[in-house]
Amino acid sequence: MFISQNFEMDSFSQNPEFTIHSFFTFLDTTIMAVEFEGGVVIGADSRTTTGAYIANRVTDKLTPIHERIFCCRSGSAADTQAIADAVTYQLGFHSIELDEAPLVQTAASLFREMCYRYREELMAGIIVAGWDPRRGGQVYTVPVGGMMTRQPVSVGGSGSSYIYGYVDSNYRAGMSKEECLKFTAEALTLAMERDGSSGGVVRLAVISEQGVERQVILGNQLPKFSTV
Amino acid sequence: MATVSVCQYHRGGFSFENCKRNALLEADINKLGFSSPAARKTGTTICGVVYKDGVVLGADTRATEGMVVADKNCSKIHYISPNVYCCGAGTAADTEMTTQIISSNLELHSLSTGRLPRVATANRMLKQMLFRYQGYIGAALVLGGVDSTGPQLYSIYPHGSTDKLPYVTMGSGSLAAMAVFEDRYRPNMEEEEAKRLVRDAIAAGIFNDLGSGSNIDLCVITKGKVDYLRPHDVANKKGVREDKINGRPETGNYRYKHGTTGVLTKAVTHLNLEVVEESVQTMDTT
Repeated sequence: MFISQNFEMDSFSQNPEFTIHSFFTFLDTTIMAVEFEGGVVIGADSRTTTGAYIANRVTDKLTPIHERIFCCRSGSAADTQAIADAVTYQLGFHSIELDEAPLVQTAASLFREMCYRYREELMAGIIVAGWDPRRGGQVYTVPVGGMMTRQPVSVGGSGSSYIYGYVDSNYRAGMSKEECLKFTAEALTLAMERDGSSGGVVRLAVISEQGVERQVILGNQLPKFSTV
Repeated sequence: MATVSVCQYHRGGFSFENCKRNALLEADINKLGFSSPAARKTGTTICGVVYKDGVVLGADTRATEGMVVADKNCSKIHYISPNVYCCGAGTAADTEMTTQIISSNLELHSLSTGRLPRVATANRMLKQMLFRYQGYIGAALVLGGVDSTGPQLYSIYPHGSTDKLPYVTMGSGSLAAMAVFEDRYRPNMEEEEAKRLVRDAIAAGIFNDLGSGSNIDLCVITKGKVDYLRPHDVANKKGVREDKINGRPETGNYRYKHGTTGVLTKAVTHLNLEVVEESVQTMDTT
């Protein structure tokens, strides 16, 4: 995602006060989530930019909202962090009131409620994914504008445009956990290869009844494709 | 749920009406050829690094007002709490006031909880305040400290996003400083090595960025101890004027010695003037 700052629009040489230029790069990220039998696999790249400078090359865009519910953030860093913090609080409160684990759909609804109400002010594309005892693994996507829909596989961010073809042709229903992990890692790698705003490392997480397993694939360990 | 804080939270969202008016006024003034007064910015190179026993924060000391240096030795490392300090880049007034507000609120919070404040708490307070003002408060901060959960370092951007990292740089000289960090940072450094690394990173900003300059301030925070080294390194010492008369420096004496310029010819023309009238008028200078 990006960090936008409204300071100097001039180039570096003219205005030395701030190297951090403000120009909006829309949804620079690649995020992805896949449902499988028994849970979900989520993944993201790790790049946060301010203009052409990479402010954080090891960002964690997979944010825990609850014990078995995560969200993948794309868009404005400030907006998505603020929304995620607010939803984490609301969901935690709700879960204590209910005295049971919250539904993934509830978390997604909270995101949608906030993203739609403040759609003019916010720039946030969020994928909510997790596991709950009622419906198992679920992926809900809440893109810019505040729509919410459930999808078996969802991609988001600026890098997603480059991998729609790959995802559509390679996704099969009923994949196993390992197949989903490989599928996600490869899709993210391809997107990071082509999208300038995505890069760094690939962060993956598997959410299931057993809990959350997180892993990081470093730059030199990414899957290799034939380079033209 | 009572929040003990000095800053009263607005109900119903912040009103940004005046921002539109200000932008229109700015455009009108620019059309006439004038420019509105520039806010004092800190240009700046600030950075921080987590080492074995704590964190080291560093900053330069130049404050600029447009293209002029307004303050050659300003202090950019602000006190937040006994174990948490914050470097500020961006608009000087914004960083100063924001850190003071959060420092005050954090002290009240600390008295309420009966514990030493945590760095994460300061981070939350800062990011929520900056997000509320949607980036209009131009404060880019490097927040560092040691608490019961260990040493932590956060970078906080004016729009309210934060990153928790082992080494961070901010300000106009951040690219120069980051280059030094990316080259020489190692996890679990010793204190001397960490101080040298931060000193070199700030020096890179000072010598390669026009918005940063003067001295290097350091703040070393460990469990139970804070070393506020101001200045740690006087990287830019003002020279002494060469001219001295009777041991005292003669300011602004640009006289050249007799004989510096060779005289080739000399012609003297007398002007025959008649004194017509001579009068003296005294001025009352009491």
